[in-house]
Amino acid sequence: MESFSHAPLYAQLAPIVIGLPLLGATILLVAGRRVGRASGALASTLLSIAFVLGVVSFFGVTGHGSQIHLWSWVPLLGFHTGVDLNVDPLAIVMVLVVTGVGALIHWYSLGYMAGDPGYPRFFAYMNLFAASMLLLVLADNVLLLYVGWEGVGLCSYLLIGFWFERPSAAHAAKKAFFVNRIGDFAFLAGIFVLAASLGTLSIPRIDASVSGGMTSGLATVAALLLFAGATAKSAQIPLYVWLLDAMEGPTPVSALIHAATMVTAGVYLIARVHPVFEFGAASLDVVMWIGILTALLAAILGAFEYDIKRVLAYSTVSQIGYMIAADGLSSYSTGIFHLAMHAFFKALLFLGAGAVMHALADELDMRRMGGLRRVMPVTAGTFLIAALAISGIFPLSGFWSKDAILAAAWAQGQYAIWAIGLAAAFLTAFYMFRLYFRVFEGPSHVQEDLHPHEAPRIMTVPLVILGFLSVVGGALNVPGNDALERFLDPVLGAPAAPGAVTDAILSAVAVAVAVIGIGTAWGLYMAPAADARRAALEHRFAVLVHVARRKFYVDELYGYAFVLPGKRLAMWFDSLVDARIFDGAVNGIAAMLSGSGEQIRRLQTGFVRSYAAVFLFGVMVIFTVLILRVAVT
Amino acid sequence: MTSVPVEYYLALAGLMFAVGTVGVLVRRNAIVIFMFIELMLNAVNLLFVTFARMHGNLDGQVLVFFVLVVAAAEVTVGLAIIVSIFRRRASADVDDVNLLKW
Repeated sequence: MESFSHAPLYAQLAPIVIGLPLLGATILLVAGRRVGRASGALASTLLSIAFVLGVVSFFGVTGHGSQIHLWSWVPLLGFHTGVDLNVDPLAIVMVLVVTGVGALIHWYSLGYMAGDPGYPRFFAYMNLFAASMLLLVLADNVLLLYVGWEGVGLCSYLLIGFWFERPSAAHAAKKAFFVNRIGDFAFLAGIFVLAASLGTLSIPRIDASVSGGMTSGLATVAALLLFAGATAKSAQIPLYVWLLDAMEGPTPVSALIHAATMVTAGVYLIARVHPVFEFGAASLDVVMWIGILTALLAAILGAFEYDIKRVLAYSTVSQIGYMIAADGLSSYSTGIFHLAMHAFFKALLFLGAGAVMHALADELDMRRMGGLRRVMPVTAGTFLIAALAISGIFPLSGFWSKDAILAAAWAQGQYAIWAIGLAAAFLTAFYMFRLYFRVFEGPSHVQEDLHPHEAPRIMTVPLVILGFLSVVGGALNVPGNDALERFLDPVLGAPAAPGAVTDAILSAVAVAVAVIGIGTAWGLYMAPAADARRAALEHRFAVLVHVARRKFYVDELYGYAFVLPGKRLAMWFDSLVDARIFDGAVNGIAAMLSGSGEQIRRLQTGFVRSYAAVFLFGVMVIFTVLILRVAVT
Repeated sequence: MTSVPVEYYLALAGLMFAVGTVGVLVRRNAIVIFMFIELMLNAVNLLFVTFARMHGNLDGQVLVFFVLVVAAAEVTVGLAIIVSIFRRRASADVDDVNLLKW
């Protein structure tokens, strides 16, 4: 732990990286209306500067990085929790993803949000989100991390409900907040377990002392509680339901918060405190299975969805499932690698979907699209690149990162995980190309009165940049070179990997499966007689299709199992506890006072002489008492 | 020169105070009540002077001046009120002025 002035330059930049978007958020929240049209450029510029500083930091950081102490925060009972930042390779990778992808999405929003009455407010929240997320990834102790964790949750709520005049948006924001609260509560409990048994909140010290400071069973409990927090934030089974409704927010929000950055906080958290998970080893199996099952379930649901943003949302849930599974396989740097690659291509997919909505007056249903490649070549091209990348086609970014996760599963002998991951990969390729074909290829089903057009330059340039990153991003961690992995090694340890030959065979299998997925999508949506073939399939599996279209009734199940009892309980508290006991106590005291006043006021007669008599009586009583006291002594 | 015993003064002051008190309580005319209040004040003044002389200490006499000043002020304000009430309702009966209640 070093003080700010003694820290190396790259660590000194960290508080500034957090401070810049925080400054932007403060300015825009206080004087946003006065800043007006300039607010978008202001917010975007600040975050871009933060990105440049992050890059400078990236070239400075080595080994375990540097921990800097800014100021004391809670100097309590030997805890001495400070506002301390941990500037290490893992944090810097996350900083680059957050500021880099974040800045691109900010610039894109200049075009997408132009003309919205809440323009300054939008950028204020976006900058506040960036600041919170940066605090989350740079925090040196779990308490500070929790501040960032709640901060991003708050911004997510504010931005999902950005168009709060729409009841569905307000409802979705509430749902996201409630579901996240469940996870946050578990997370907080996990922090308490760690603090109580290890006596420290500092993450490096927790990581170092966990194996000596607590029993393996207790570590498992702490790890599972932290993971419960991660399942809410990262939208995993069983708390993934909020992310679908989160698509009510503006599309750049979906891209930044609900695809590229915030939802990956759970993956980051597990990697950050991985010694706790390693020591409570049973928790890793839970993490692994939850992750891979989420990947499969979300991929299945995504294949049945017609709303383009919801398809992408399921895709996000599914891809984060892969990352969580990588964490569960102790291949943390692989998970982070996929996180970064996913940030590129998923942000690109969402921004592309935003461009389509922009062109079609906010149309979301892919059945009313089609043939858009002819009018929107840039959007279609970049979207195709992202779709190929997420499907894991060689040599795009998604191929390297997803393949690494599947390879890690194989190398550890987790063949079931590998097989499920492969099945999810097949579905991923299928639903992505189902989406691509329906939106950009084939005959147009666009409504007559709409005239689709390519998005303005401010929106297409970020698309092209993200497209470029989606193509070459994999170069960060090509097998044999493993630059990212070696960079993260001091913090995360080396992941398991199979031999080169096995790896090559596994990759070939994965690519083949992806190609089959794309082919299936082509066969069902593009090929001649595709409609008839699709109808026949739907007829054959009518029940399955119906259940999947209803999202396996998970929302209904949660509604009856948790929401309805919760509402009943709240009603009961409202009618009995609140109305009778609390209101009763307050009203009772008030009634007592006014009732006694009603009686006592009769003493005030208005006759001056009766007052004088009372006065005299009082004086006589006082004198009598005084005289008696003198007489007694 | 034979001095009058202190007890005489005390008895006279007590009597004046008692008369004043009873008068305030039983009379209804505001002017008369005022006069009885003056009587009570002067009873106290008499006590002050008596004790000042008895102890050879001037503090009591100084206090008498204060009482006189306060009494003068009180009479000024009080009489003004009584006059204005009398102008309104041609009566100085304190029992008629009983609206300020509840």
